[in-house]
Amino acid sequence: MEVELKEMLHDLESLKESLPDPSHRASIDKLRLRVEQLTSLEKSGPARRLKVKDMSAEVVDSNPYSRLMALQRMGIVENYERIREFSVAIVGIGGVGSVAAEMLTRCGIGRLLLYDYDKVELANMNRLFFRPEQVNMTKTDAAVQTLSDINPDVVLESYTMNITTVQGFETFVSSLKNKSFRPNKEGSGVDLVLSCVDNYEARMAVNQACNEMNQTWMESGVSEDAVSGHIQLLIPGETACFACAPPLVVASGIDERTLKREGVCAASLPTTMGYNSLKDYFPTMEMKPNPQCSNVACLERQQEYIVAKPARDAALKAKMEAEVLLVPEFALHADNEWSISVVDDSGLDSMDATSSDTLPEGLVRELPSADKSQELQTSEAPLTSNDDLEDLRRQLEALNS
Amino acid sequence: MEGWDPNTKSTLTQIPLLTTKAGPRDGAAWTQRLKEEYKSLIAYTQMNKSNDNDWFRISASNPEGTRWTGKCWYVHNLLKYEFDLQFDIPVTYPSTAPELELPQLDGKTQKMYRGGKICLTVHFKPLWAKNCPRFGIAHALCLGLAPWLAAEVPILVDSGMIKHKDDATTSTET
Repeated sequence: MEVELKEMLHDLESLKESLPDPSHRASIDKLRLRVEQLTSLEKSGPARRLKVKDMSAEVVDSNPYSRLMALQRMGIVENYERIREFSVAIVGIGGVGSVAAEMLTRCGIGRLLLYDYDKVELANMNRLFFRPEQVNMTKTDAAVQTLSDINPDVVLESYTMNITTVQGFETFVSSLKNKSFRPNKEGSGVDLVLSCVDNYEARMAVNQACNEMNQTWMESGVSEDAVSGHIQLLIPGETACFACAPPLVVASGIDERTLKREGVCAASLPTTMGYNSLKDYFPTMEMKPNPQCSNVACLERQQEYIVAKPARDAALKAKMEAEVLLVPEFALHADNEWSISVVDDSGLDSMDATSSDTLPEGLVRELPSADKSQELQTSEAPLTSNDDLEDLRRQLEALNS
Repeated sequence: MEGWDPNTKSTLTQIPLLTTKAGPRDGAAWTQRLKEEYKSLIAYTQMNKSNDNDWFRISASNPEGTRWTGKCWYVHNLLKYEFDLQFDIPVTYPSTAPELELPQLDGKTQKMYRGGKICLTVHFKPLWAKNCPRFGIAHALCLGLAPWLAAEVPILVDSGMIKHKDDATTSTET
């Protein structure tokens, strides 16, 4: 095709030169333009770009990283190319996850791990990313197809499975622990886990895995009515884990059940804490870990964080002293008419169980916490008579037959 | 529990509560929990039978007790509609409830998530969260699945989404 078009251009050129009458030249030029357009269209077809060994900062149209490397020249990032060392796991390739995956791919992230058990449907076309011809592909495979076209430098791993089942969870954890991409990395095999799922069960499974692995992660969500969403950074032991407090919702002032349209049951959490675009309300809050958290791994991380406090303080002090040495010391203000002084707030750093119970105005809990009192304690009659698992199984089977 | 009918309430109080907070990755504690699940399911099934309200069969389909399969049925206009029932015990159990699946109804009702998982968000999840770890599989069936069937099966039948298994023959006769 390309060769043919080139010949056509050549023919047009010779035709133009051989014509004695200059009145036809304008129409020949028009034809030539059209052929040139077709040639460029043909070139931009499915041809894939080659992998790039080193990120170049050269400002040319053909360099996929020129705009990103410019950030380095402008002093925004120190060494942009380090992005190629990083691995990010994205759980849930839906409205949020697919866009996160695409942006990271365009930025040239080193490696992406993609998790989802769903298939692409036409109903997903309201969002970015997926295309109608990908219907019936698994979301992870469709994502790998598109992402590897956009940027072949990114290492993509596709995991089609449900992370809440015992088997899926084991695969999930072992894939996060796999360090073959960067064998000398500390901790797990990934730098960040992004939870982009649409249900409480999957969020709790990500929380469980990250607490056990001491893995920093981010939780996100968009409400089913698309007007609010939330985002949360979770550092095990340092900030509240997802089980430390039941999820929060922006209080609507109306009973949620009356808001729910009859017959609709979308697969999103009905508004977890976060931004409400109708009210233009975006509360932010820091949540300390709950010392009574029901998640055992969370309590272990909390303990480690407390134990490491002296070392952390020493490192911080050393850093501050180093900074002080760099800046020549002088009084910023000669007089202090209003006796303003800076107070050390480290005393506020102690764990406070009650603080996690007070919520900013406008937020309510989505799920109640478990009662300690046994209000339904009517059948406390001990059920000890039979304690053999096989026996119990047979008893149930007998009832079932 | 306000808003629940007195029958469900009284049934609920008779289902033995569980005490061990353990999930499928917790080794011996899970075995203990599994025993409690069985006791509670046995008591509930016996109670249903003696009250002439037998409406499900469920049994573990693997030795670990993490995968459960069976049947459930609902009688509407004197006709019995029966469905396959299945679910996995999630790794975060019992903090999160099992997601009960009726795969044959997948795509037939909006009150359902992908894969035939019935919607429990509003009527059941808050109760489960409040009563963790005392509620088990039997409670999920009693408070999650039973009201779902009672609300959805009549709509599915009346809208023609599901047909009774004898319907193909009876409809030609009439």
